[in-house]
Amino acid sequence: MSKLVKIAVRNLLRYKRRTLLTASLITLGVVFVLVFASVTGSFKAMMIAQNTDSMLGHLQVHRKGYVASIDSLPLNLNLRGGAIGRLEKILDAEPEIAAWSPRIKFGAMFSTFVETTSIRLNGIDPDRELEAVPLLAGRVVEGEKTLARGEIWVPELLVRGMKVKVGDMVVIVATNQDGSVNGRQFNVAGIMESATGPGGRDGYIHIEDAAEVLRLEEREISEVAVRLRNFSRLAAVSARLEGLLAAEVNQQGRPIFEVHTWEKLSPFFNIARMIDVMTFFMKLMLIAIVLVSIMNVMIMAVYERIREIGTIAAIGTRPGRILAMFLLEGLSLGVAGAVLGNIVGTVIILVLNAVHITYDFGRQKDLVVQAAVDPADLLMLSMIVIVISVVASLQPAFKASRMEPIKALRHV
Amino acid sequence: MGLIKAENVHKRYRVGETVIHALKGVSLTIGGGAFVSIVGPSGSGKTTLLNLIGCLDRPSEGRMTVAGTDVGGLGRRQGADFRGKNIGFIFQDFNLIPVLTVYENIEYPLLMVQDVPAPERSERVSALLREVGMEEQSNKRPDQISGGQKQRVAVARALVTSPALVLADEPTANLDHDTAYQVIELMKRMRDTFGTTFIFSTHDPKIVGEAEVVHTLEDGRLTGTRNAKEAGHEQAG
Repeated sequence: MSKLVKIAVRNLLRYKRRTLLTASLITLGVVFVLVFASVTGSFKAMMIAQNTDSMLGHLQVHRKGYVASIDSLPLNLNLRGGAIGRLEKILDAEPEIAAWSPRIKFGAMFSTFVETTSIRLNGIDPDRELEAVPLLAGRVVEGEKTLARGEIWVPELLVRGMKVKVGDMVVIVATNQDGSVNGRQFNVAGIMESATGPGGRDGYIHIEDAAEVLRLEEREISEVAVRLRNFSRLAAVSARLEGLLAAEVNQQGRPIFEVHTWEKLSPFFNIARMIDVMTFFMKLMLIAIVLVSIMNVMIMAVYERIREIGTIAAIGTRPGRILAMFLLEGLSLGVAGAVLGNIVGTVIILVLNAVHITYDFGRQKDLVVQAAVDPADLLMLSMIVIVISVVASLQPAFKASRMEPIKALRHV
Repeated sequence: MGLIKAENVHKRYRVGETVIHALKGVSLTIGGGAFVSIVGPSGSGKTTLLNLIGCLDRPSEGRMTVAGTDVGGLGRRQGADFRGKNIGFIFQDFNLIPVLTVYENIEYPLLMVQDVPAPERSERVSALLREVGMEEQSNKRPDQISGGQKQRVAVARALVTSPALVLADEPTANLDHDTAYQVIELMKRMRDTFGTTFIFSTHDPKIVGEAEVVHTLEDGRLTGTRNAKEAGHEQAG
């Protein structure tokens, strides 16, 4: 086999410039796809992390129908009574769930005694919330990163418009489900950086304060944010949870709960999907580059070596062997391009990481590109290039193997 | 029974709209270990006859038997296997593989055709390199050696699989007279050493004189079979 590879490599080096150009083209294609996938992958990972780790959680559980009306934060669709207990039991029993956090979400009036505006609020259990969405505290740009009863984290945009600062007293006034209005003073404990995405401009208070403001007579929650131990298991855990919760039905026999992954809750999932689609098209382009360039080289190789093919066929080389010889040439070219592309691409990615390129995402500034070299990507790209190299060589190789030696030997 | 038996062999092929009748009922028998020349003017059918004997082409009519096998009935793969086992080829333009060294060119049929293990390959190639006097050039590529040396390598390549028959179509046409003579002498010596049948076509009367049996073709017909000296004198005259 090593002799065959040696012959294939020598045949490729027979036309050094052409081989070099083709290998360079394949290398360039691999580098381009690798760097593109890594950089956009970094952006995608950051975007998903921002959405899941600072706001949404990996998935959420609501009362059936809540998400369809989520913009109006409907209090009448909160989970209540025994349903909460049953949900908590199921979540506690699920080994792949790392943490979960109950929330009460509601709209309210925010008053500084001078000015009043509207605000969307999340009532949270701070300890549980920080376990379920660990980057939440990181969004507190000023003030305390812990939230006690009687305190509020106010979104940055509201602070600017209302001229509020840490330590100020503000009033939250809310109407409960029965139409009863209630208000309560809060101490501004922190100012939150706005984040791009759903809930990115919400304020936060303690869940017990939320229950008090809304005068809830029994325990109620609007949603439960869930964090998984392994994000890559999202689809499987979500499906399992849906199955478990489907068994919980109300008196009419309809399911009580609904489960939504972050993908269904955030519009940024479409951007993530767009990135995937773009990466897919980049890979298609790579396939086209490899296919056309290797096919071109191999067609030329066969055409230029017709007499040689006639000679080796005349001395008894089987058609299958001739086919294998030419396939091996295409394969060698593909392997060379893939290996070089992976090396150069990895080096470029390491350099990109070393120079700390920054970018802005929504209101978030100076995010650093952290392009990762995924061994699975390297392997997949290499496999694509190698398989396409062989596919591209098939037609010319087949043609060479089917040549009549007598005609090939006569070729001038 | 001879190594080669042609019985009323016809070959017709089409060039555009024209049908060329290249061989018209050729019958001959060539025995094992013979040193045979096929002579005749251009277009007389020499190459066509060699191609049929060499299992590179099929007769349109008649029967061609080589080493007991009707080669006209062999398929593409069987034909390749048959040639790889029984026939060696020497070409006018040497047809060495340019990316391989002298050693590798001779080794090629053992490696790619007969799957001979490496130690045996090495032994056989080295022996033939010695026989054809190319030991010193074994690591050179074809473009680094002379035409005569190339044909020596081609002879070694043809013999390395120990075939019963070697076919050489105008093996000396691209060589000067002295070199051509040396190549023919080498072929003869190889016949003496290995007992291989050599059949070669040529125009050169002096080269024809080296053959033991000469078959003359004219316009696709075998017009004579005679000994070498006689044929050589006639053509020279």
